[in-house]
Amino acid sequence: MPHYSRAFPFSAIVGQDEMKLALLIAAIDPSVGGVLVFGDRGTGKSTAVRALASLLPPMRAISGCSYGCDPAVESAWCEDCRTQALQGALESVARPVPVIDLPLGATEDRVVGALDLERALTSGEKSFEPGLLARAHRGFLYVDEVNLLEDHIVDLLLDVAASGENVVEREGLSVRHPARFVLIGSGNPEEGELRPQLLDRFGLAVDVRTPAGLPERIEVVRRRDAFERDPAGFSTTWEPADAEIRRQIVAARAWLPRVEMPDSVLHRAAELCMKLGTDGLRGELTLMRAARALASLEGATAADDSHLRRVAAPALRHRLRRNPLDEAVSTTRVERAVAELFAA
Amino acid sequence: MSEGRWADAMRAVALFAVDPAGLGISLRVLPGPVRDRFLTTLNAIQPPGNKPRRIPLHISDDRLLGGLNLPATLRAGRPVAARGVLAEADGGMVLLAMAERIPAATAARLCAVLDNGEVVAERDGMALRGRASIGVVALDEGIEPDERPAAALLDRLAFLIDLTGASLSDADPAAFVACDVPSARARLVSVTMPDEILAAICGAASSLGVGSMRAHFLAVHAARAAASLAGREVVTADDAAVAARLVLAPRATIVSVDSSEPLPDQPQEDAPLPGESDDSASSENGNTRNDAAEARDLGEILLQAAKSSIPAGLLAQLLASNAARAVAEGRAGAGAPRQSTRRGRPIGVRAGALRSGTRLNLVETLRAAAPWQKLRQRAPTAGAAARIIVVPDDFRIVRFRRRSETTTIFVVDASGSTALNRLAEVKGAVELVLADCYVRRDRVALIAFRGIKAELLLPPTGSLVRAKRSLAALPGGGATPLAAGIDAALSLADAVRRRGQCPVVIFLSDGRANIARDGTPGRVRAEADALQAARMMRAASVACMLVDASPRPAASAGRLAAEMGARYLALPYADAEALSRAVRATPA
Repeated sequence: MPHYSRAFPFSAIVGQDEMKLALLIAAIDPSVGGVLVFGDRGTGKSTAVRALASLLPPMRAISGCSYGCDPAVESAWCEDCRTQALQGALESVARPVPVIDLPLGATEDRVVGALDLERALTSGEKSFEPGLLARAHRGFLYVDEVNLLEDHIVDLLLDVAASGENVVEREGLSVRHPARFVLIGSGNPEEGELRPQLLDRFGLAVDVRTPAGLPERIEVVRRRDAFERDPAGFSTTWEPADAEIRRQIVAARAWLPRVEMPDSVLHRAAELCMKLGTDGLRGELTLMRAARALASLEGATAADDSHLRRVAAPALRHRLRRNPLDEAVSTTRVERAVAELFAA
Repeated sequence: MSEGRWADAMRAVALFAVDPAGLGISLRVLPGPVRDRFLTTLNAIQPPGNKPRRIPLHISDDRLLGGLNLPATLRAGRPVAARGVLAEADGGMVLLAMAERIPAATAARLCAVLDNGEVVAERDGMALRGRASIGVVALDEGIEPDERPAAALLDRLAFLIDLTGASLSDADPAAFVACDVPSARARLVSVTMPDEILAAICGAASSLGVGSMRAHFLAVHAARAAASLAGREVVTADDAAVAARLVLAPRATIVSVDSSEPLPDQPQEDAPLPGESDDSASSENGNTRNDAAEARDLGEILLQAAKSSIPAGLLAQLLASNAARAVAEGRAGAGAPRQSTRRGRPIGVRAGALRSGTRLNLVETLRAAAPWQKLRQRAPTAGAAARIIVVPDDFRIVRFRRRSETTTIFVVDASGSTALNRLAEVKGAVELVLADCYVRRDRVALIAFRGIKAELLLPPTGSLVRAKRSLAALPGGGATPLAAGIDAALSLADAVRRRGQCPVVIFLSDGRANIARDGTPGRVRAEADALQAARMMRAASVACMLVDASPRPAASAGRLAAEMGARYLALPYADAEALSRAVRATPA
């Protein structure tokens, strides 16, 4: 296909509401823990993720910091920022939120970082050249075809995603730096299964299907065609809609700490997880956080059952004990449990 | 029909030449004169100087995507990048040799490049980006229905051409009508697509059961290319018909066969123009030309055009091949190849320490060491005599892919009926199989069911002693909760599979259930539950075997084995030796 310098606008994506909602929730509250988009081919999985990148409001970062440390969160600063802060006040700049692609076939040195060769050769200085994990700090790390990612890279990701810190010991370098990112993965289940440990890393899992209705399909093709013909013009047309979503994200982030979580909702969440027999507390935690982020997106003062209901499937479907038939069954199981619980 | 096939193939070649990056071809035919003639035409029509690049089957990432240029790096003493084949082919086309055997990982890399129009690689200490707008021609030499290029790749190629069985006499060189490709290419950007044509393409795709949205986009590209080639600035129904026939028809999953209607052989000539359809309804719809009735008529035309190129019996073939693939995929999941540092086929390298059992890849290690040479030579520790200094960080070890280990799960019916009959014999048989598993370094697990539930007595282990001990301690007696036993086996098999190992389940039972899933007694419910559990087992395509433990071969056990797709073996004839042999023969 032709070369596109710009991403397809987020607001122009037809349907796929669950996927879009999950991505917005991750943008509002990164602690939800990433999104896995699994489903049919050609449903715009990677289009949506790339669209998200141009949608995110910029962030404040310490000027000159290679990890983009947040000036407001001193506890999470890297070594450089700490040293600098002792010498004087730090300046901050607005930066776009990183959405970093982890391409298949990436080698470890590029993922974790390595000795900066050019600098070593020109000035004889041993300095660390940050890798993809550093660049994704405070942003998103996107892995397309995540189920085809090589095992040793998956190991690296799991380790860093769990600790929020990247530790590099190579080429005589010893570096540690913060690496907190939202992991976004997409793939097609037919290409292979995901390791359970990696599956568990994703807070939300969404199933995407080819749109069923003809009008919807026509709209998809129409917009795609319009975009391919005139990417710039198309993006301009949709910019106001994108700007509105951006505004919603900013508002929802600000509102989030004030959204209440009533005990009754916590109780429901726990009941739902018990009913479905999900392992561990992760499911419950994700369910609550996602419900709160959704409530915040809608400007509600408190999360309620309706929010819980809508995030139940994405928060829990990948945590069920596996049923051999297929993924769709997990979705129906969650739906059934939700229906039973809320009917009672 | 084969003449029609060749004519269609030639039409596809012409359209591909107009918009290679937007279309793409998969050509399924064995190498031979027909394929040669096809490729000759393909080359002849490309603008001069556009020689296709051939991508061999097992191309490495550094050649495909780009990487470090080893000689230049050693010479310059700093990293020098080499572009990969895909970046080099920007603006041209690539031929994928033996496309049906391209590994999923390579296909995924290709797909990413096709989607983004650029090569993005993070390799060998470099971030490489390069435009790669390329036309792909996949040469599929598959014979069996399930030997096909990766579905993800086919999804991105517009024309799926099958010339299997075509002879050279069918491949008439005159079928190719010379056309003005350069001016068609120039015109392509200004070709407009009326909305009702776009809607009709979607409608036709929908009626043919074409699922992927990408096929829709490709059909739109093909229709545009057809218009451009015909010298038109606006896509017409004829162009859409060509697209439907060439792009959508080969992807059809539904063909509503309507034999009463003669199918036009050459839709381009037979198709009535959309304007001729009744427009009584469209006038009501005032401002929009996208009227439902008209669109339907137009859709009908496209559908006919597409159907005319679908040979009879294709659907049946298609379904069969889909089923075959589903099975093959199930199997692939069951015996999923696993990466290892020791045995199997080499699949690549990774950085790693040299431990016993790992194998060093010398070239890749040198490649990793190369950029650092100048720096290391300068270091005071460098010996004067050292030409190339290699440090442990440079070590690259070979990764292998091998068949995964097998875990044999024994599911023993320890209920009263079996216990009375032959629990001791069952135990003896299992012990002998265990010995055999030990020889093959298989892991074993043991599940027993009796009373109202199934119990995992021994989680997967390589320890033969533990297996023997827990087997000897196995008590007998009680009712037969067969469904619970099968469920437990299935969930364990699933866990084993997720750990990357390959489960084989061996049931030892008489197949007579009398406790239902929920623990209530009752033979009818219990047997229905057991059969349902057996079907789930089959759906999960776990390799299994059922050893009939009843005194005489029992119909219930036979039926159960059939439902779960298991091999059936009657114990009276199954001395331990035969049993062991059967386990070995159960496909893993």
